[in-house]
Amino acid sequence: MKEEVVIGLEIHIQLMTKAKMFCQCSTDYIGKKPNTNTCPVCLGLPGSLPVLNKKVLEFAIRTSVALNCKINQVSRFHRKNYFYPDLPKAYQISQYDTPLGINGYMEISLSESKEKRKIGITRVHIEEDAGKLVHEGDIASSSYSLVDYNRCGIPLAEIVTEPDLCSPEEAQIFLVKLRSIVQHLEVCDGNMEEGSIRCDANVSLKDAKTGNLGTKVEIKNMNSFKAVKKALQFEIDRQKRLLAEGKKIIQETRHWNESKNITISMRSKEEAHDYRYFPEPDLLPLKIDLKITDEIRKSLPELPEARRKRFIKDYKIPEYDAEILTSSKVLGDYYEKAASSYSNKKVLSNWIMGELIRYLNEEKIEIEDSPVSPEKLVGMLKLMDEGLISGKMAKDVFEKMFKTGKDASQIVKESGIVQITDEDKLFEVVDKVIKENPGSVNDFNKGREKALNYLVGQVMRYTKGRAKPDFVFKAIKQRIKE
Amino acid sequence: MALNQLTAHEIVSLIKKKKVTAYEVMQDIFSQIDKVDNLTKAFLFVNREEALRQAKEIDTKVKNGEELPALAGVAVAIKDIIATKGIETTCGSKILKGFIPPYNATVINRLKESGAIIIGKTNMDEFAMGSSTENSAFGPTHNPWDLERVPGGSSGGSTAAVAADEAFIALGTDTGGSIRQPASLCGMVGLKPTYGRVSRYGLVAYASSLDQIGPITKNVTDCALVMKVISGHDNMDSTSVNLEVPDYLKSCQKGIGDLKIGVPKEYFIKGIDSEVKSALDRALKIFAKLGASIEEVSLPHTEYSLPAYYLIATAEASSNLARYDGVQYGYRTEEYEDLASMYQKTRSEGFGSEVKRRIMLGTYALSSGYYDAYYLKAQKVRTLIKEDFDKAFSKYDILITPTSPTPAFKLNEKVSDPLTMYLSDIYTIPINLAGIPAISLNCGYSANNLPIGLQIIGKHFSEETILRAAFNFEENNDLEKKRPSIKPAKHMEAAK
Repeated sequence: MKEEVVIGLEIHIQLMTKAKMFCQCSTDYIGKKPNTNTCPVCLGLPGSLPVLNKKVLEFAIRTSVALNCKINQVSRFHRKNYFYPDLPKAYQISQYDTPLGINGYMEISLSESKEKRKIGITRVHIEEDAGKLVHEGDIASSSYSLVDYNRCGIPLAEIVTEPDLCSPEEAQIFLVKLRSIVQHLEVCDGNMEEGSIRCDANVSLKDAKTGNLGTKVEIKNMNSFKAVKKALQFEIDRQKRLLAEGKKIIQETRHWNESKNITISMRSKEEAHDYRYFPEPDLLPLKIDLKITDEIRKSLPELPEARRKRFIKDYKIPEYDAEILTSSKVLGDYYEKAASSYSNKKVLSNWIMGELIRYLNEEKIEIEDSPVSPEKLVGMLKLMDEGLISGKMAKDVFEKMFKTGKDASQIVKESGIVQITDEDKLFEVVDKVIKENPGSVNDFNKGREKALNYLVGQVMRYTKGRAKPDFVFKAIKQRIKE
Repeated sequence: MALNQLTAHEIVSLIKKKKVTAYEVMQDIFSQIDKVDNLTKAFLFVNREEALRQAKEIDTKVKNGEELPALAGVAVAIKDIIATKGIETTCGSKILKGFIPPYNATVINRLKESGAIIIGKTNMDEFAMGSSTENSAFGPTHNPWDLERVPGGSSGGSTAAVAADEAFIALGTDTGGSIRQPASLCGMVGLKPTYGRVSRYGLVAYASSLDQIGPITKNVTDCALVMKVISGHDNMDSTSVNLEVPDYLKSCQKGIGDLKIGVPKEYFIKGIDSEVKSALDRALKIFAKLGASIEEVSLPHTEYSLPAYYLIATAEASSNLARYDGVQYGYRTEEYEDLASMYQKTRSEGFGSEVKRRIMLGTYALSSGYYDAYYLKAQKVRTLIKEDFDKAFSKYDILITPTSPTPAFKLNEKVSDPLTMYLSDIYTIPINLAGIPAISLNCGYSANNLPIGLQIIGKHFSEETILRAAFNFEENNDLEKKRPSIKPAKHMEAAK
């Protein structure tokens, strides 16, 4: 049997409103002392009641509209009941039968074929985040757990896709694009490692001939784009192997184990929770005026797709460059800031996509914390254009800039790696080289162009690479003619 | 007459006129508590020192000629399901033993701002589930009229405290009759406001879509006074309604010649005690004498109220009470092996049997496969019951019914038979399902000297009208007003 891969994603994004979803506590919880970013409401203390932060609704509508969803004019909250120590009310306020947004889609472009595909968005709904359990040692051997409620009540938007994705690569492309969209919308910072974006996946295999769907397996705990790709590939291979062995795939939830690179069964369908959803009586149904949705739609910021097109048109850079530069909001912002004061847009994009991203990845630094700011990068490129440093020297200068955070001009001054621009000085060296290499001069006169390269190389040697190569070429030719 | 026997508005006026000090008032209150609370067992906690300190503050204000707020110096008892900052709030349950809220319920803040003095927390059926205050983890409360009888419930402690002159006023909560039924059984005035009229912030939830906080007082004037203080919109409760709060006391002063009264026939059939019925008949004659018109009306879906209530209330309760898991606060079992056994043992040991019964019932009603047949159907019935009332109120201004089918019953009489116990609230439950306001007040006594209550029901946010009707009746009721004598029964005396 030939199988096709069927993947659907469930993505949670933390909405970066100032206050939590149902109380006044700050959403800035990372790094805070445990259980200090809480109040009776987010702790679910007896008698406390939720009051919806209107900004959460606005952010979620913005997200839904950007994902081409229809907005339900009346939507309501439900309670999702289950016991776990990180859930202080023992229910999560979520949405169930009437989510905020439904029937949307997002377009992705596949890198190789240049083909575009529409991925269906089933629903977008809002819900509250839970706290975190901290285990002494690892979860299996720990004799106790501690709870940190700081994250409780952080607003989340859950985005559910149709099972339209056909490979782990597509899933990854979808996620990168989605992240860029929510960043451009300024509703989420998009940091997957810190949990601002979390992704679960449903994976199954379809019989290519009959179109019959296989049993789906839910994969959880994938904490990076890479993990998503690896976990999905592992799961697809596992399912294919089972089928090849004539075994059954069982409906279950599996966890991705990053250190072992495998998925591990957590619970089967029989053990699945009955969440006993029912309408949340403490909150009124949400009535969303069409006018508000229209206003939000009209005031949407430029999204990555439009920005990509604009980059190609305005900056005349290749499609590939534009795609990468708009894959994250901050990267696009970096490029545009630099481009505003630098004319050679393609050279700029080369430097950002090459040296800058390479160093950032190596040092695991986010672009917004880059020691080389857009202004500093432009400063360096201008030194290059002025001929003060060569392209090769620039790479060394960039490395020093990245490590020290200093300006290019300052580095050049301090290390004396300025290109020699004094022509008299260069002619002195040229004359010296001609005098010392009569054989090569002779060869050149006989028409051997290669001899010229040797002479140029000698000049570079004497100047420790600080001479401008094209000037040296001209100078040697001129002197020999003379 | 000792000061504690007066009413709240009399006390406020005496303090304002400098006839008595707030401190003297408190002393009389606490001496009564010392004298009778070992018999009534109304209080779970008495806030003596803090109350006396606050009384002195009020006296200083009087001395300095400062203007006094509406309830200055009034001793108020609070049902132990309403969060009080720094004071243990147990909901009558072992599972919340030791829980001290770090915040006040909105109604507590409003009472404090109005000068009321919180003298203690009162006993109740565990998590407000019950009609007799026998379901308290801390033992039952006794009816001051007959200590061998129940005070009603679940706000039995609050009501007994007011009836026994241990407090001038009290706050109770009413989910299916828990203010009105004890008010009826103890001869007090109890009002269940329109859903959304009084903030629920800080009221520990039993059934969120039905719960309301309301006053229990000695007369209608005090009820109007307290309603003015505790009503109004609260940013902390999304279900509280942003409507202006009228001057309830002022609206009581008008007559009721304009009122059209409906008497639902479904409330006078099987199960009603004959003394209750004749007391109601007598009361209706007084309303007629005051110029109101009286006609029979039908609320055809009444008989479905009880089953609908026990599905909706328990479903919500199963979710609301899930947070008592031993993790963050309250009781946790001593020994356990893992998370699941910690949950199981904590909840098995921490909850009483009625609470467990309702949690199980509600969990079942919400379970996948049963939701449509139970919870959803109950919600549809609820809509029909609301429509019954809407229809009746298109013709009538108020409806009058008995509050409880019988006067106070004996302790232990119904504990072993939950269904019979549930019938105690048969006249009060439809009102919660409809979300409308109702007041219970005394309309007579049984042959063995037990109070009988009548219920006046109004449309949404018509507290003014039901208070006015109640006030006019109270003023013109020609029966001699009795007070309980709080005498221990002979065998109880002997046991002492």
